[in-house]
Amino acid sequence: MSLLTVQNLQQYFPVRGGLLHRAVASCKAVDGVSFTLNSGETLGLVGESGCGKTTLGKAIVRLLKPTRGKIEFDGQDITHASIGALRPMRRHVQMIFQDPAESLNPRHTVRDILEEPFIVQKMGTKEERRKWVLDLLDKVGLSASATDRFPFEFSGGQRQRIGIARAIALKPKLIVCDEPVSALDVSVQSQVLNLLLDLQRDMGLSYLFIAHGLNVVKHMSDRVAVMYLGKIVELAPAEELYHNPRHAYTKALLDAIPIADPTKRRERQLLRGDVPSPINPPPGCAFGHRMKHPKWEQSVNMDLTLKEIAPGHFVQPCPCCT
Amino acid sequence: MSSTASILEVRDLVTAFDGDAGRMTAVDGISFDVPRGKTLGIVGESGCGKSVTAFSITRLLPQPHGKILGGSIHFEGRDLVSLPLEEMQKIRGNDISMIFQEPMTALNPVQTVGRQLAEAILLHTECSKAEVLARSIDMMIKVRIPEPAQRLNEYPHQLSGGMRQRMMIAMALINKPKLLIADEPTTALDVTVQAQILELIADLQKEMGMSVVLITHDLGVIAQVCDEVAVMYAGRIVERANVHELFAKPRHAYTQGLLESIPRLDSKPKTLLKAIPGNVPGIADFKPGCRFAERSGRNHTAQQLNTRPPFIEISANHWVENCPICVA
Ligand SMILES: Nc1ncnc2c1ncn2[C@@H]1O[C@H](COP(=O)(O)OP(=O)(O)OP(=O)(O)O)[C@@H](O)[C@H]1O
Ligand SMILES: Nc1ncnc2c1ncn2[C@@H]1O[C@H](COP(=O)(O)OP(=O)(O)OP(=O)(O)O)[C@@H](O)[C@H]1O
Ligand code: SF4
Ligand code: SF4
Ligand SMILES: [Mg+2]
Ligand SMILES: [Mg+2]
Repeated sequence: MSLLTVQNLQQYFPVRGGLLHRAVASCKAVDGVSFTLNSGETLGLVGESGCGKTTLGKAIVRLLKPTRGKIEFDGQDITHASIGALRPMRRHVQMIFQDPAESLNPRHTVRDILEEPFIVQKMGTKEERRKWVLDLLDKVGLSASATDRFPFEFSGGQRQRIGIARAIALKPKLIVCDEPVSALDVSVQSQVLNLLLDLQRDMGLSYLFIAHGLNVVKHMSDRVAVMYLGKIVELAPAEELYHNPRHAYTKALLDAIPIADPTKRRERQLLRGDVPSPINPPPGCAFGHRMKHPKWEQSVNMDLTLKEIAPGHFVQPCPCCT
Repeated sequence: MSSTASILEVRDLVTAFDGDAGRMTAVDGISFDVPRGKTLGIVGESGCGKSVTAFSITRLLPQPHGKILGGSIHFEGRDLVSLPLEEMQKIRGNDISMIFQEPMTALNPVQTVGRQLAEAILLHTECSKAEVLARSIDMMIKVRIPEPAQRLNEYPHQLSGGMRQRMMIAMALINKPKLLIADEPTTALDVTVQAQILELIADLQKEMGMSVVLITHDLGVIAQVCDEVAVMYAGRIVERANVHELFAKPRHAYTQGLLESIPRLDSKPKTLLKAIPGNVPGIADFKPGCRFAERSGRNHTAQQLNTRPPFIEISANHWVENCPICVA
């Protein structure tokens, strides 16, 4: 059974302007996204900067109030749940951020940071919580001596481990990992990725794993969703997406990855231009519009809801891409 | 390699910082050449001394703490280390340019990008307003900034991250340098913008015959664009070779570890990656012997821990810190 079901989710932000600072337009950061995530599964989410990945993640953990659509977690509709009603669910859904420095309070020791989730959930005695903190540190490969130190005393990789320790404290079912290794070195990156894989195996976690590099996402995921300008344009099992990409945007993203093999230098079809603003998205397929695709006009009047073209392989149905 | 084949020859460079805890060596006796018209990649984890190396070459070390203590940096026959500062200023931004890790630190936020480009031109050449404008627009077209005439009047914050980085490249290339030092020019960017920028540098290099030092910790970038590679670890170059040789026959344990730790597109999803345990030591903790020893997972004698392995040419143009255990 699926742990998380997202249906036609929209997350708009008001764009304010004018003298009265009134909402004059809306930024359609997430504009009609649907997918499911099973227990113990990892769904990867890729796309260029600004395409709405973080916004989607934040909407799912309900750090935002979704504009429209539906989010069901563990059989419960949490789309519009109040803060009070969300509390029991918060235990089970956590988020890890790209820059742990931003999400770890610099004035709190590692002990304070890791004890907090238990205190919020009113769990354990002081002694029990201390023991749990040590267990957590051990799980993420940090020594007990870390407890009385502050986040800035750690390296980037170690700080990310602290962020992960906090995220797994309450034994959640789902963790939204928002670019957890983008700021890290290759070697530290592989340490952290391995840790996430190990924890998933031990604890049966599900991940929504966000990154902008398809190589990292593909390595971590069972299935991968490709996002462009607030919409998912293709979703498929990781291997399938890599061997048989169908949407032009997926192909372009795959093409942009620098392959660590000098014998495989490529003449690439480079993506030109920048991701357009989600305030005034073009009609039809936004990517076709950016690429001035000869068949873009055909997409304007089409229903671009994802279609299943092979088992588990969904793609925007445009005659030219698919 | 004869000196005419290389535009830059660095020999036994030592760079240190003076701090409260005394003098600490960040770059500890490194040697490398940059072949004319080619790209040398410098790769290594964060804190290995890549930027300090770049700042040593351009003589932009933070003052008063940063000092070159020894060695030479020959650029077209002249030793930059002993050059008077005024002479160095004539070279910098003209014959040698640098792209910095963080574009916002190099662009002036309160000046339009056009004004900044004009200043870069006028610092090294005298030319008319019309010429300055023409050259600026020409350069912006080269780095593919749309509507250049209009963009000239904009401030850095009005540009997207990718465009800012292209603007930095325009500034670095405006005087057609012979040597470009690019310090992580794409690390903060999207894969797609990264690919655009790397292609741009390669195109301009071909067109202008420029030599490039490309600093990165991304081995994918190295594989795609570099001719030669120097692998840096804890202030030293542990291995240096042609890019094909290095990827096919890495000899040093650190190079091997780096290469094995990358998630590859053709690897099986959700399998554990080979990871190098531990971290790069801080410069206060640098040991005299092989600095990679503690992360290598091998046992070492005190003798090995205390003596630096010699840097030797193990096969034609393939140099390595020749430790008898690692480099069999
Ligand atoms: N709180 C907000 N208010 C208004 N607009 C926002 C807000 N948060 C995000 N946006 C806008 O929504 C769009 C999507 O942003 P988001 O951060 O989700 O992108 P992303 O895919 O995570 O990008 P990146 O890879 O750079 O992290 C952007 O245009 C952004 O400017
Ligand atoms: N101004 C300074 N004073 C003291 N130490 C410094 C200074 N600048 C750099 N260092 C130290 O020198 C070492 C090398 O730093 P450097 O910035 O060259 O690393 P890098 O290889 O460029 O890393 P990154 O990939 O993170 O940019 C580090 O240990 C750093 O802490
Ligand atoms: S072929 Fe259709 S779906 Fe594909 S990019 Fe072009 S317009 Fe978009
Ligand atoms: S075996 Fe030699 S080169 Fe390898 S880590 Fe040990 S001392 Fe260094
Ligand atoms: Mg984001
Ligand atoms: Mg650096």
